[in-house]
Amino acid sequence: MRKLAAAGIAVLALISWTLTSCQREKRELRAAPVRRAIYGDAARQSELQPGGPQTEPQVTNPDHANAWSISEGQRLFEWYNCVGCHSHGGGGIGPPLIKKHWIYGGQPANLFDTIVKGRPNGMPAWGGRIPEYQVWQIVAYVRSLAGEQPFAATPVRTDELEQKPTTIHNKVQGETR
Amino acid sequence: MHGVRTRQLRLSTLFLMAPAIAQIQNQPDDGQWPMPAKNYASTRYSTLDQINTGNVKNLKLAWTFSTGMTRGHEAAPLVVNNTMYIVTPFPNVLYALDLTKPGAPVKWEYQPHPSPASQGVACCDVVNRGAAYYNGRVYYNTLDVHTVAVDANTGKEVWNTKLGDINLGESMTMAPLVVKGKVIVGNSGGEFGVRGWLAGLDADTGTIAWRAYATGPDKDVLIGPNFKPFYESERGKDLGVKSWQGDTWKIGGGPGWSWISYDPGLDLIYYGTGNPGPWNPDMRPGDNKWACTLFARRPETGEAIWAYQLNPHDVHDYDGINENILLDLNIKGQTRKVLAHPDRNGRMYIMDRTNGQVITAEPFAFLNTSEYVDLNTGRLKVNTAKVTGFKTVRDICPAAPGGKDWQPSSFSPKTNLIYIPHNNLCMEFQGVQANYIAGTPYVGANVRMYAGPGGNRGEVSAYDPVNAKTVWAVKEDFPAWSGTVVTAGDVLFYGTMDGWFKALDDRSGNLLWQFKAGSGIIGQPVTYKGPDGKQYVAVLSGVGGWAGAVVAGGINTQDGTAALGFANAMTDLGKHTTKGGTLYVFALP
Ligand code: HEC
Repeated sequence: MRKLAAAGIAVLALISWTLTSCQREKRELRAAPVRRAIYGDAARQSELQPGGPQTEPQVTNPDHANAWSISEGQRLFEWYNCVGCHSHGGGGIGPPLIKKHWIYGGQPANLFDTIVKGRPNGMPAWGGRIPEYQVWQIVAYVRSLAGEQPFAATPVRTDELEQKPTTIHNKVQGETR
Repeated sequence: MHGVRTRQLRLSTLFLMAPAIAQIQNQPDDGQWPMPAKNYASTRYSTLDQINTGNVKNLKLAWTFSTGMTRGHEAAPLVVNNTMYIVTPFPNVLYALDLTKPGAPVKWEYQPHPSPASQGVACCDVVNRGAAYYNGRVYYNTLDVHTVAVDANTGKEVWNTKLGDINLGESMTMAPLVVKGKVIVGNSGGEFGVRGWLAGLDADTGTIAWRAYATGPDKDVLIGPNFKPFYESERGKDLGVKSWQGDTWKIGGGPGWSWISYDPGLDLIYYGTGNPGPWNPDMRPGDNKWACTLFARRPETGEAIWAYQLNPHDVHDYDGINENILLDLNIKGQTRKVLAHPDRNGRMYIMDRTNGQVITAEPFAFLNTSEYVDLNTGRLKVNTAKVTGFKTVRDICPAAPGGKDWQPSSFSPKTNLIYIPHNNLCMEFQGVQANYIAGTPYVGANVRMYAGPGGNRGEVSAYDPVNAKTVWAVKEDFPAWSGTVVTAGDVLFYGTMDGWFKALDDRSGNLLWQFKAGSGIIGQPVTYKGPDGKQYVAVLSGVGGWAGAVVAGGINTQDGTAALGFANAMTDLGKHTTKGGTLYVFALP
């Protein structure tokens, strides 16, 4: 009887352990840390290709360019203080992100690398700090700043201080560098 | 007979002037420029008078020097022993130029190789405000929080001391002051939640003799039994802890990126601390001592003698780091040892520097954020309608860079006027949640700036410190972000962000001469006697800094909040100037 009870407790414990670990497993699957190596390191930084052009590894943002990930990316851009150095895309300490011409490349894989590995002149290396799926959401948002995402998926309104027209000193609009 | 009479006259004028010579503003002057503010009293006044109001119109370019760098050039060139010393913005190269040879060729060059990553923690461009010469060495700070000592003759590094950590958001941009064998330096990082400090280093060895924090318990702030502040509100134990909630003082700011002055008679140094962090004041209830505070300390020990908080519980990023000009003035029939401090909050504080009492605190710039300073309690009466927090407040004047920012004023003992280069900016401010991640900005505010009343974004004015009023003011389209220098020739020099280097009559403000430089001027002009006995005027051009980040940092002004909101006020700067650092030196033909 005692033996049976002990076995029962053991089974119950095993079941509950499997259940919780299943949930954990789910989360980890989502984070898929192995992708960093595949996507990030393949990002090409130079247009020059010795011995002629090679096929560029196709890297797509696994979170796709949907409204959910872009708006999550926008939230995370504030949350991780990207906004402190890049403002709302216009730049400050860091370069502007509303632009077409990137120092380190504007493809999703380049942006992923920029965020995870950092860049020498003051861009922090966020690898190990921001979960990978969130990095992709931020990538999606950063690309939306440069108008590289489907218009329909891009958030209409940002949460920043709204512009009061009378206080714009000189209306230089639509400028992209 | 005639001769005798003149001599008698001279003697009597000398006699009349005798008490004046004892005044701290009448500093000895050998025609050199050994520290950014020229002298310990920080007057930026030169007794050279070859260039004067009558002949300044003939001023011509003598020679130039390119730094090859494109960020903001805020430093003052130094001139000692016929050598000119220039510190560049990051990577903080130190050049020594030989003034005895035609065209002033490079004598030597010293490269400290600061960490490139430090550029990420420089809130407002990777500027440097210059070096200080002392006993055969040149001392200055690098962006990555090192202080270095370089042999003035050989350019060899004598010592190099690391004082802080960029991974805590610390950087260094200020110019040291060397007093009694101590190199006094402080950190930057008020936008990164640093814990502010000022430190005294042994000039011989570079070892840290003392460090005075701006927040925390009295023992860290170097407040002891000799601390005697004038006002009740500054008295009490451990106010640097008690005026904060919990342990937020540990990331509370109050950085020491300040100008420092020294009174040898009283043996006191004077400096102010920067803003508390984050900008959003609702995140840090309390007075937030000792941010935005003027301190008087002993140079050898750092011991605090008095303190006065200019902006308790700062709600507008009004750092207290601006210059303190030391003057002995006759106020209401009494000779008062004062310091003149034009604060970010737009008021000119004339204070008794022996004890920290406010004598007057009248506006020198347009403001609506405060009503007055209560002279009994010393407390600033804040306009509650302009208090920021978790909300949006509009039409706040002055804006975050203040009535004036770091750009230093000068004082002429001939005119008894203070020449203030300043801003005319207002802002809208939206407080948001700030998330502390060490090494990243800790601000919690979206800001947008724009020109104040009148539409001009800057002004240079002459302020009478005895009668506490502005005597004349000249409007500038852009913020007047360069220092001023004034001479015995009654000429006032300064530069503008659109690249004009100007000479004004110091009594009227009339423009006498101007020269268009290659890039906007945000540096500190100096004047010196060359080896040929001629008077020269020198200034670095090279737009940038917080105000010029729009050009130097290639900001996209579609986002008005860029560069902490300065972008919005400067959208047209790129039409007036481009970037690039060049030294210009002028002389009469
Ligand atoms: C501490 C300041 C700081 C923070 C915080 C910061 N950045 Fe940066 N960032 C920089 C600097 C400085 C550079 C330029 C680096 C260089 O040129 O080497 C940069 C570069 C970049 C670039 C490359 C731009 C180009 O033209 O190639 C991207 C993209 C970027 N940052 C995105 C981000 C994102 C997303 C975040 C938040 C996760 C972030 N940054 C947080 C300072 C910062």
